[in-house]
Amino acid sequence: MKLRIDSERCQGHGRCYDLAPGLFGDDDEGYGQVLGDGVVPASQEHEARLAVANCPEHAIELAEES
Amino acid sequence: MTIDDRFAQDYRDAREAELPYGTRNEIVTGPVADWATDFSHLEPEWAADPYSIQDDLRQRCPIARTERFGGGWLPTRYEDVAAIAYDTDRFSSRSIIMGNFRPPREIAPVGGSPPISSDPPFHRDARRLLLPAFTKTAVTRQEPATRAFCHSLIDAFDGQDVVDAARDYAQHIPMRVIADMLGFPPQDGPRFRQFVENTLEGINLPPDDRIARMTALFDYLLEQVHDHLATPRDDLTSYLIDAELYGHKLEPSHVVGTMALLLIAGIDTTWSAIGASLWHLARTPGDRQRLASEPGLLPTATEEFLRAYAPVTMARLVKEDMTWQGVEMKADDWILLSFPAANRDPAQFDRAGDVIIDRQVNRHAAFGLGVHRCVGSHLARMELRVALEVWLERIPEFTVAEPAAVTWSAGQIRGPRSLQLRVR
Repeated sequence: MKLRIDSERCQGHGRCYDLAPGLFGDDDEGYGQVLGDGVVPASQEHEARLAVANCPEHAIELAEES
Repeated sequence: MTIDDRFAQDYRDAREAELPYGTRNEIVTGPVADWATDFSHLEPEWAADPYSIQDDLRQRCPIARTERFGGGWLPTRYEDVAAIAYDTDRFSSRSIIMGNFRPPREIAPVGGSPPISSDPPFHRDARRLLLPAFTKTAVTRQEPATRAFCHSLIDAFDGQDVVDAARDYAQHIPMRVIADMLGFPPQDGPRFRQFVENTLEGINLPPDDRIARMTALFDYLLEQVHDHLATPRDDLTSYLIDAELYGHKLEPSHVVGTMALLLIAGIDTTWSAIGASLWHLARTPGDRQRLASEPGLLPTATEEFLRAYAPVTMARLVKEDMTWQGVEMKADDWILLSFPAANRDPAQFDRAGDVIIDRQVNRHAAFGLGVHRCVGSHLARMELRVALEVWLERIPEFTVAEPAAVTWSAGQIRGPRSLQLRVR
């Protein structure tokens, strides 16, 4: 599974980096950023799904790796 | 330029000469006949319990109408609130306080208190000036001082059996934090409270009173600007005085308007969120005991308090005549953009009317949606979390002393203003 943030939608609410600090960080203006290559280790799938489900802007995608 | 002459004489006179007057409408107060056709967020029934009014409207008339305030609309479904928040093409932020005065169209896209009053594309640039100071990382630096201050407020209760958690605790926390960030004297707190009430609750006062009260706020802010010009320091006021946009320093009205925004919006919103959360816990022993014994639930609990008791309602002005979701909107009609109503829409939230402190999925809109997401949301969340942590650690058992004596603010920011709690 791989995470991606749609930067057009992200408004910097920060729910992703609150709920899944191992997967997301913030930039200098508080917008969410996917850490590293966005690949979600099996041990962090729950946090990844929580972040997706709590983003008020529906800005996070969690897709099967192609 | 070595001497900053932007604030040398009263810039407001020049600005007033430049801009056309706005429009005023007849002030209508008194009991509401039917909430679907005559709503008012300034009447006591609304202050006491807006939720049952909004829940009823959502079922029978999802977009309510009023002829008060020169005409306006109140959408109550999450879907409609979100659509308007996202649609900056058709809904302007040039005034975000629904009242009896509409500023002139020429004030857009900047508005009186950028960036909350700004429309794209200017909005984004004005907002970018503020974002770095309000990231989660930046506000974390305020946390130790906030925690110590919360403890000092509880120390000052000094063995009383009954304390006013709104007046003696909740209100002081955001006042102190924002005064520190802006570099205003901490002892000016009581004046801030007056400014907040004047701005947000004095809506239906006669125009001259309202103007006099707003003038007092801007006089105070200008005093602070002059103090910072004389003695620059590392705070948001000096930052705004020095900030540049498009290669120039900011207009004086921009500097002072943004200071007004940070002061007003930074205070009563968080004050309300802290107070409403304590009110809920005081009357819900199960949640109180669970949260006191399992502080690990605080993150989901604070999000749930923000959803269920979202303090902030915004406003927009319709840009042009149009049919929107089946209603005929006219240019300059108000939209009362109720994030609290959106947050209790059963189409968006399971058990929307219940407070569930371990709710896992909570896509609430307490801080707004879209480009105007509350710039202080990370600060507000920190203050709310620390305020509740310290309170529960120090005072794990408390109840509402006299439920009938709890009072709530009217208008667009809702929270307890008097909240007597029995703490021992």
